[in-house]
Amino acid sequence: MAEVLVLAERSAERNRVRRATCALLTVARRLGTPAAVLGGPVEPASLAALGRFGAATVYSVPAPEMTDHPVSARVEALVQLAGRRPPAAILVASGREGLEIAGRVAVRLDSGILSDVVDVTAGPDGPVAAQSVQHGAYRVESVVVRGTPILAVRTEHITVAPAPVTAVVSPVRMTFPGRVRAVRQVGRDRVEPTELSTAAVVVAGGRGVGSRAGFDLVRRLAAALDGVPAGTHAAAEQGWCPAEMQVDQVGTIVHPSLYLALGVSGSMRHRTGMHGAGTIVAVDSDPQAPIFELADLGAVGDVHRVVPELLAEIERRRSPTPEPEE
Amino acid sequence: MRIVVLVKQVPSTDTRLAFAPDLTVIRDAGPAGLNTADWYAVDQSLQIAGQQPDAEITAVTMGPAGAVDALRTALVLGARSAVHIRDDALHGSDALATSRVLAAAVDRLGFDLVLCGSATADSGMSAVPAMIAERLRVPALCFADRLEVRDRTVEIHRDDGCGDRRVLAATPPLVVSVTERCGEPPYPRFVTRHDARDKPIQVWTLATLGIDPAEVGLAGSACAVRSATPRRGRRPDCDVLAMGDPASVAVRVADFLAERQFL
Ligand SMILES: Cc1cc2nc3c(=O)[nH]c(=O)nc-3n(C[C@H](O)[C@H](O)[C@H](O)COP(=O)(O)OP(=O)(O)OC[C@H]3O[C@@H](n4cnc5c(N)ncnc54)[C@H](O)[C@@H]3O)c2cc1C
Ligand SMILES: Nc1ncnc2c1ncn2[C@@H]1O[C@H](COP(=O)(O)O)[C@@H](O)[C@H]1O
Repeated sequence: MAEVLVLAERSAERNRVRRATCALLTVARRLGTPAAVLGGPVEPASLAALGRFGAATVYSVPAPEMTDHPVSARVEALVQLAGRRPPAAILVASGREGLEIAGRVAVRLDSGILSDVVDVTAGPDGPVAAQSVQHGAYRVESVVVRGTPILAVRTEHITVAPAPVTAVVSPVRMTFPGRVRAVRQVGRDRVEPTELSTAAVVVAGGRGVGSRAGFDLVRRLAAALDGVPAGTHAAAEQGWCPAEMQVDQVGTIVHPSLYLALGVSGSMRHRTGMHGAGTIVAVDSDPQAPIFELADLGAVGDVHRVVPELLAEIERRRSPTPEPEE
Repeated sequence: MRIVVLVKQVPSTDTRLAFAPDLTVIRDAGPAGLNTADWYAVDQSLQIAGQQPDAEITAVTMGPAGAVDALRTALVLGARSAVHIRDDALHGSDALATSRVLAAAVDRLGFDLVLCGSATADSGMSAVPAMIAERLRVPALCFADRLEVRDRTVEIHRDDGCGDRRVLAATPPLVVSVTERCGEPPYPRFVTRHDARDKPIQVWTLATLGIDPAEVGLAGSACAVRSATPRRGRRPDCDVLAMGDPASVAVRVADFLAERQFL
């Protein structure tokens, strides 16, 4: 069976193989023999985790370029590996870096790229991808008809399942052309986000938070996620939050990567101010609340009970003690 | 400084997309407008021009006849000239074909900076800007939440989740894509509106760009759509509705946030 190249990633903090990678390996197995491509050296824990999800080979690219110029170096690595032995497909987790890598590799290999892939099956002429279009209003099935199929997968839609094999490390020595160094990271900007209109993460409270004291949960969750707290007009009118925090067309229109709505029913007025958010998560006690029509993840529950649990869970995940896998 | 801004006319986001029998999006029915992120790209080009008096802004679109409205909007906002790439052979082009055509147009115009939106509202692949850069063999700075253009470097601030905001830099010529977080675009002044009528819009075809029609459109694309099934029901994308006791709901939310790199 032909190899399926999977771009593997580890979390920066704990150097653990990401769940997204396990999800890619899970679907890669349907298309051929998975081979993980990993930047940096492979330590035993990563090798075990990759093998557990079916990676027969781990191409380890130890070059410093993989850390210093993550996007362009991964493009080179995938292009060079695909050139050695044509894979059945190349799988990348959707995301800002993943989409850029996938797009560039597609051009280099003159191969079709499918984005927003939520499921993959093996067809007679290669992978058949299910794509979620217009926030799920359509499910589209597509195939690649030229080159190596390149799939940018929204891995949160994939249920991860192990299928253990013994992974073999194959170190890859490669020389990079000078242009991989064209984009330099010149800093990290850890400035406190305060400006609602430009915030990356917004946590908003609505009528469901119930009181000024309840609104404190909104502020605490915003702080835990490096985000900015906000409120609906209902919350602002009740005086639970200041008017500057109001999200809608008369308040502020926001475009965050993540919008977390707590006790927000999702009136038309409020939705106008936030429907452009990248990812929307809603916690509300009413399963019929219109906010769930917009949400990528809906959590049905009482804000006053779910949010404290969520804060505790975030705290637990950030504590340094390693937890067992899966 | 020569700035090329890529703009796309997209169907209004208030309505569902509609598909033609060949499974392409129907683009001439219903309301359409300039893609939101592209407003910000045009606005950023104007801000740069405010500091660099020699800056020249050209708006480019590839699209059917109606797409000229995206160019008109860009001209009203302040772009100096515009190019409309229009050719029936382009119908059904995938990202690979689209990037080929746009890269050829940008190359023909000459550029120091290509500004794009980070995603479109219709197909929203977020891949076209990087693909154009790859074809032009120049650096790409994608998903800029903030853009600063200096004499010899262009710097962007970008958010990679987990509160991780990186500052990336590269030297022109290059391609930048901007998010809707790049400041609020100002409403055009009346004067510019009036001026826009006399601004030139050139129409280019595949022949102008020397591209073989067999390399683009439905036939020349590397991807093929097999089916498009509308999904009814109340919450189209909310595949996951977590229910249960508060602790397990919280774990489900934390898993989801971790998956999308917010934790
Ligand atoms: C529902 C749907 C799903 C699709 N899925 C795929 C797929 O999986 N793979 C694939 O190859 N094709 C796919 N296509 C076709 C593909 O989206 C089009 O080829 C399109 O031209 C690619 O651009 P985008 O709008 O997705 O670009 P994005 O990468 O989201 O656009 C980013 C920026 O690039 C610039 N830009 C993009 N297109 C133009 C243009 N025509 N003129 C000027 N500037 C432009 C704009 O500045 C824009 O903001 C799909 C189309 C539809 C309708
Ligand atoms: N007649 C045309 N001339 C130029 N571009 C077009 C034409 N028809 C479609 N396109 C573009 O081709 C891409 C694919 O669109 P579609 O044909 O709707 O699949 C989009 O960027 C369209 O704007």
